[in-house]
Amino acid sequence: MKVLKASRIERCIGCQICSMTCARQVHGLLSWQTAGIRIKSSGGISTGFEARYCMACQDPICVKACPTGALRPRVGGGVKLSKKDCIRCNACAQVCPVEAITFTETGFPVVCIHCGLCAKYCPHKCLEMVEPEIAHAYDQPEVTA
Amino acid sequence: MIGSDFRIIVVDLSTGKAEIERLPERESAIGGSGLGVYLFERFGLLHEDWDHPDQPLIFSIGPLTGYFPLMSKTVCSFKSPYHNQFTESHAGGRSALSLRFAGVDALVVKGRAQNPVFLVVGSKKIEVKDAHYLWGMDVIQTGRIIRNMVKTAQGHRSILRIGPAGEKGSAMACINADTYRHFGRLGAGSVMGAKNLKAIVLLGDSDLPLPETDNYKKVWQETYRLIHDSGMMHKYHDLGTPANLTRLNELKSLPWRNLQASYDPEAERISGETFAKGHLLRNLACSGCPIGCIHVGFIRQKFTKDNRYYYRQMAYDYEPIYAVGSMLGIKDPVSILKLIDKADRMGLDVISAGVALAWATEALERGIVGTKETIEAYSFGNGAAYLNGMEHLARASNDFYARLAQGTLKAAEAFGGAEFACVLGQEMAGYATGELFFAAQSLGFRHSHLDTGAYSYEQRHSARDLEPAIQFLLDDELPRCLLNSMVACLFSRKVYTKERLAICLEAVGLTDIATRLDEIASHIRRARWKLRFETGFDPDEITIPKRFFKVESWKGKVDKDYLLRLKKAYGEKIKEIALGTTTKDQGR
Repeated sequence: MKVLKASRIERCIGCQICSMTCARQVHGLLSWQTAGIRIKSSGGISTGFEARYCMACQDPICVKACPTGALRPRVGGGVKLSKKDCIRCNACAQVCPVEAITFTETGFPVVCIHCGLCAKYCPHKCLEMVEPEIAHAYDQPEVTA
Repeated sequence: MIGSDFRIIVVDLSTGKAEIERLPERESAIGGSGLGVYLFERFGLLHEDWDHPDQPLIFSIGPLTGYFPLMSKTVCSFKSPYHNQFTESHAGGRSALSLRFAGVDALVVKGRAQNPVFLVVGSKKIEVKDAHYLWGMDVIQTGRIIRNMVKTAQGHRSILRIGPAGEKGSAMACINADTYRHFGRLGAGSVMGAKNLKAIVLLGDSDLPLPETDNYKKVWQETYRLIHDSGMMHKYHDLGTPANLTRLNELKSLPWRNLQASYDPEAERISGETFAKGHLLRNLACSGCPIGCIHVGFIRQKFTKDNRYYYRQMAYDYEPIYAVGSMLGIKDPVSILKLIDKADRMGLDVISAGVALAWATEALERGIVGTKETIEAYSFGNGAAYLNGMEHLARASNDFYARLAQGTLKAAEAFGGAEFACVLGQEMAGYATGELFFAAQSLGFRHSHLDTGAYSYEQRHSARDLEPAIQFLLDDELPRCLLNSMVACLFSRKVYTKERLAICLEAVGLTDIATRLDEIASHIRRARWKLRFETGFDPDEITIPKRFFKVESWKGKVDKDYLLRLKKAYGEKIKEIALGTTTKDQGR
């Protein structure tokens, strides 16, 4: 199963269509923050953008931290959430080293499910779905001059 | 789901307290521009000056903001220091979505803080914080410090701030939005300054439910596809608005050296292609817009002999390149970018400032003023002098600059030289296309090229035919009133037709509005003009300086008689609209 990679994030223009697509299509919300992928600028827009999303760990540390088994490993990498088992303890987010997990206003974790919908609407192909073994693709510009 | 009432936060800086108001009238005021008028009627002091402490500064968004792509702009409504009348200024960036996710349709700021402050507004926060240490600071530094002080909602917030020009009450002071966008014209920055308000941080820190209609997601996808397939992605993303420069120069419609010429054989030195090739760092987008029309250029500046450099980034567009490029006779992109950067830092509207300095240059050349007044020895093409000039203008360094900062014609009243002031209601936009544009900007609601597409019509029609030209202005204003109330970026006007807007409004549950768009557009247009007249607008008081009668565009020399007839006829039509005596405008 393929996983999401922000392989060409240097191309990002900060439109946040990815976040809003995830919120709308996956989480049923109008939001730019409650989404499996969030776009941030560090130190202002002048410095460019970074994407916060699940790195699709093969042996996810958040799964180990989850006390109820609500988070389970996903085939290909990353996790799946069983909302009915989640006690909203926040333990998963605390251990995630890349701050990939955020929360709904009611306290449930929001984590990328690697569905690839966000990549479909990215205007500059910053995002792509790749086989897990292709860890980090390098940007191949359409022009080199 | 969009509520039928507006949810408004009203902050009173005199008391430091806020009120949440729920107001009806969604179905006639819609949002954005229409909401701005409605709120000014409610909170504004029509017959008090622009800097009266209780005058409101209003930021409003529309019913489609955040729900659809390119619904990404905020309307700022206020009484202008430029002419002491009601006006609007619009900006992109992140403020529109930040307001949406702060859970409000508009923010109204009234009152005056005792000492400089900045305001933080979010879905769970309203705070007025001391900012005395930021007073006098430029726009870029202010942004840096505030970003560090407010730790929440990074990436999902907007920082609006002013520079020295806004603190000094300049009629050319803008409000900078998120570094690269501006509520540019007609002095909104000074309304903030008069309130002792250095900055506003809008936190977009809540989630909203999706509309409950069956087809919202489908309509979103359809609309996104239409935008994607329309070609606008390429047009505005590629060279962006500077693509116009070469074409306008070829049409003898690009103002050069204070409009002493409308063509220059070396225009390619500052063309969109030249900027893209050598000076474009990257593109940015407003939140919720996939186009990314914001062109960020850069300069690399050596500051000591032993190879120490800093670099700076600044957004460029057609209008700034015209205002501090061709208008000042500057043909070096780096000098132009430095001037844009300087105007940005000072919190000056770059268009007004460039045109004002162009007038100062000609006034100096003609001996109407001396360097005692101008301080700098301006000559067209001398970028270094203009860099200092921006600072003088922003800080109102002496009597000359204090007057010039109130508008070029204000300076001309004191020193002479009104005949070559390039002012059409306010400092001209970059279109010397001919009589129709000159009449349209002179009387346009915002004195902007965005009120109607006169500049575009005139690039396609050479006949001096009054009736169809006036009809075009009238017809073209109406859909813009609608778009500005939604609030859509005007680049999307070919996609967001009345029919598409109706589909989108229905998809967010506003079916009644969707079926009455003609009526509502007429109502909003009339309400805007009515308020404008009530705050002192009189088309007959606006004069067209002689310089405009000497312009020679692709259509030939300007026909003075035709221009004055156009202005008179358009003024009469606007009066009819405001009074509600035209049949089309009796919708409500």
